[in-house]
Amino acid sequence: MAQITLKNLAHSYNPHPKSEADYALKEMDHVWQDGGAYALLGSSGCGKTTLLNIISGLLTPSHGRVLFGDRDVTDAPTAARNIAQVFQFPVVYDTMTVRENLAFPLKNRGKDAAYIKARVDQIARMIGMEAMLARKAQGLTADAKQKISLGRGMVREDVNAILFDEPLTVIDPHMKWELRTQLKELHRQFGHTMIYVTHDQTEALTFAQKVVVMYDGRVVQIGTPEELFERPAHSFVGYFIGSPGMNFLDAEVQGDQARLPGGEIVALGARYPALSGRVQIGIRPEHVALAAEGLPLAVRRIEDVGRHRLLRGEVAGRALNLVLPEGGALPAEPRVAFLPSKINVYADDWRVAPQEGR
Amino acid sequence: MEKTWNNKAWFLVLPVLVIVAFSAVIPLMTVVNYAFNDTFGNNEFFWAGLEWFDEMVHSSRLHEALGRQALFSAIILAIEVPLGIFVALNMPKKGFWSSLVLVLMALPLLIPFNVVGTIWQIFGRVDIGLLGHTLEALGLDYNYTNDPIDAWVTVIVMDVWHWTSLVALLCYAGLQSIPQAYYQAARIDQASRWAVFRYIELPKMKGVLLIAVLLRFMDSFMIYTEPFVVTGGGPGNSTTFLSIDLVKMAVGQFDLGPAAAFSLMYFLVILLVSWVFYTVMTSMDRNPSDIPEGL
Amino acid sequence: MALELQGVSRLVGGRVHIHPTSLTLREGTMNVLLGPTLSGKTSLMRLMAGLDQPTAGRILWQGQDVTGQRVQDRGVAMVYQQFINYPGLSVYENIASPLRILGRPRDEIDRKVRETAEMLRLTPMLARKPLELSGGQQQRCALARALVKGAGLVLLDEPLANLDYKLREELRVEIPRIFEASGAIFVYATTEPEEALLLGGHTATLWQGRMTQFGPTPQVYRAPVDAATARVFSDPPMNFVPATRRGDRLLLGQVAVPSVPGLPDGDYLAGFRANHLSLSRHSPAAVEFPCTLVATEITGSETFIHVDHGAERWVGLVEGVHVLTPGQPLSVWLDPAHVYLFDADGRLAAPASYAKAA
Repeated sequence: MAQITLKNLAHSYNPHPKSEADYALKEMDHVWQDGGAYALLGSSGCGKTTLLNIISGLLTPSHGRVLFGDRDVTDAPTAARNIAQVFQFPVVYDTMTVRENLAFPLKNRGKDAAYIKARVDQIARMIGMEAMLARKAQGLTADAKQKISLGRGMVREDVNAILFDEPLTVIDPHMKWELRTQLKELHRQFGHTMIYVTHDQTEALTFAQKVVVMYDGRVVQIGTPEELFERPAHSFVGYFIGSPGMNFLDAEVQGDQARLPGGEIVALGARYPALSGRVQIGIRPEHVALAAEGLPLAVRRIEDVGRHRLLRGEVAGRALNLVLPEGGALPAEPRVAFLPSKINVYADDWRVAPQEGR
Repeated sequence: MEKTWNNKAWFLVLPVLVIVAFSAVIPLMTVVNYAFNDTFGNNEFFWAGLEWFDEMVHSSRLHEALGRQALFSAIILAIEVPLGIFVALNMPKKGFWSSLVLVLMALPLLIPFNVVGTIWQIFGRVDIGLLGHTLEALGLDYNYTNDPIDAWVTVIVMDVWHWTSLVALLCYAGLQSIPQAYYQAARIDQASRWAVFRYIELPKMKGVLLIAVLLRFMDSFMIYTEPFVVTGGGPGNSTTFLSIDLVKMAVGQFDLGPAAAFSLMYFLVILLVSWVFYTVMTSMDRNPSDIPEGL
Repeated sequence: MALELQGVSRLVGGRVHIHPTSLTLREGTMNVLLGPTLSGKTSLMRLMAGLDQPTAGRILWQGQDVTGQRVQDRGVAMVYQQFINYPGLSVYENIASPLRILGRPRDEIDRKVRETAEMLRLTPMLARKPLELSGGQQQRCALARALVKGAGLVLLDEPLANLDYKLREELRVEIPRIFEASGAIFVYATTEPEEALLLGGHTATLWQGRMTQFGPTPQVYRAPVDAATARVFSDPPMNFVPATRRGDRLLLGQVAVPSVPGLPDGDYLAGFRANHLSLSRHSPAAVEFPCTLVATEITGSETFIHVDHGAERWVGLVEGVHVLTPGQPLSVWLDPAHVYLFDADGRLAAPASYAKAA
């Protein structure tokens, strides 16, 4: 096991990149702590799979170095890196039995038969496939095949890291819960470094201790789920995390007040310096509440999501979503208030830190 | 997945049925007719029962031809299938070179059979052929018209040259359908090159390989034109395969009855062996309790 | 005016794909087929489309028997999970293709294509080829092709499953809007309860080839007729615990609560949803359940808690970020008003009382 360091790493699929736009992965420095559970979150084409393939050695970066511990592995092939990877679609060896599938990485590394048997039994118990060990992998359901893929990823104890490339894409919602908790449990027991690539915020936030949010080939924020939710560093993070994402309203910010285009005043939880560029305030739908006093709300649509309701409306001519609890009636002329401590201020899409001593 | 019933579809396949009837079924019936009758021309037939079949089953000439034929097909399959797989594995996967190689590979398949025979007939000649002359110059005693072994080698090399491409192209198509993730997973699992072949490539090629083996078996078992052009079945009877023997019997000696009985048995043997191949290859690697995928 | 299935069933090779199903879909309604993979959603859709023939039963369209009719003559449109477009044609030509097949006049085609493109926000992309579009745009193009011919029945088979989480969220908001504008019968298959709730309309829940319930979506969600429906329509999965009624006491696992009136004594299965568990006494009637914490998953604003109560594994969704140590004892609270009781056959014996009020 080792900590993974990325130094001035960048990658372009174009052999002669001319501008920054030619880079699928823009220059970055990052250290993945040994034993951490990380998620790489972003929409398709943001560079997250490129980054994962560089770490696993399936792709050699055009710039920068990759270090496992103190060892430079930038040019080392995949097999020499001692990592495991689970792919988006199940990869099983059809002609082998489930047991042979799970044993394959160990057998290739010349482990002795007794150890392999014990280890495979242990893994099979964890992924709930003990009853199927003697069966051929061919013809199993996608769920079962993906469990085998996960099991093969877990079977080696000495790996530097386990990489997951959207592993739950083909899995039913109910099974996702089961597999996700199993993964967390496995992480707790074995303490492997795990990097989990996904576009699904729920998977990313629930799995990881630290989430790395990527946008357009760049890392825009690295933080705990709570940080990403409460203090998104970039408007993209605000939009991408949360369902629906953060509401953004154009505003002029002066001290601890924001003035909306219509002249409405919103109190902020802190004082801000003078700002230039496009200034917006961001507030989560969860932090907007119906109130006796506040901004008048025009209701467009209410969606019953079961455990709560989503109200899609407009405030001061701008779209605004809010989350309402299950049940309860809406007043005839609803007004809304923002929780001041939960308002973030953005200038040209980047979050502005409030001034000290509020 | 099953399709909707539509009776109009029958009209669309009707022309094919008519053509098949005229081109295959009716001639076959004629052969059946000859096989059970004796004739001296003039469209007069005398019932012969199983006489011709009996004669053919006990004919040592037929046994020898069958032996040569089986040996020939076995050698052809043993060379062309592994060689075709090997070539397919080493073909470039994409880009300019892959297109070029594909065209080159397809070339031998486009040459008419008798032309292939003529090419090799000349190529192998000791006096003017490039191959024959070169071998001679190297001090090798090579002459396919005198030496049975040389004749066999020539015919086999010719067939390999002509048909290995087919096996290779079919396998190549099978290989192209394997998702990249399988190879990546294998690298991560530290699988050897052999293991990649054995557990990923071979299983994924199985379907096309079955077709390749069947086609090559049937074709080689019925081979006529090329050896006939090159060796004419000689020296002696050493390269007289079943078809050549059949033609000699039917056209050369005008023994229509025995030839017809012979061809029917020939047909049944091919059918039987093909069926055995098919059954054996499809029943490998199967779970008895497979759940069908996708409802 | 409707699509009616009368006792429709389907067997394939002796295996039941669809148990006898009767169902009436009215004109201008959104109908969701909700169920896990292989529950029969696609089979049912293929029967509706006429791609497969029922083993028994009849299918009526506008009151006419169309059971044996060819797909081509039925006027249905279908959108699949994969984005199926003609790669060689522009978006405009893709949308126009169904009308060209019908041999409509040129100016009518042009008008309809532009109308449909506008509705699906594809107008700026009309000249492009499908492969130059993002996944969401490609799927919108496929949707446009399905809608343009004005089919009376539009079948959508997990149309958003291959899209990024955020794109899915956006199209989920758009699909009800598109549906309202088209006036056709929509049938929408999904595995995700949340998607069904967001789409609204009516929901049919499917479980192992059997339709378990059909009704207005919120009603099916809050008043499931059996345990299978409740399980299918809950994400995270519904929590279950054996229950015993003895006189005025109802024993839920190891905890006694006031009994449900009008119910015979006996053994039941109690079920409740994750969001109704709490870490504090959130209502006066709430009762405490001693549990052991197995794992926590933080989503940023909420925490999923996985706990063991006796032999039962439960999932709870609680407000706020809670950092807790797995393995520790933990008390969770549950209001009996949120508990459903199912009898030995899985039929609903007593609904959750809160649902009756809602």
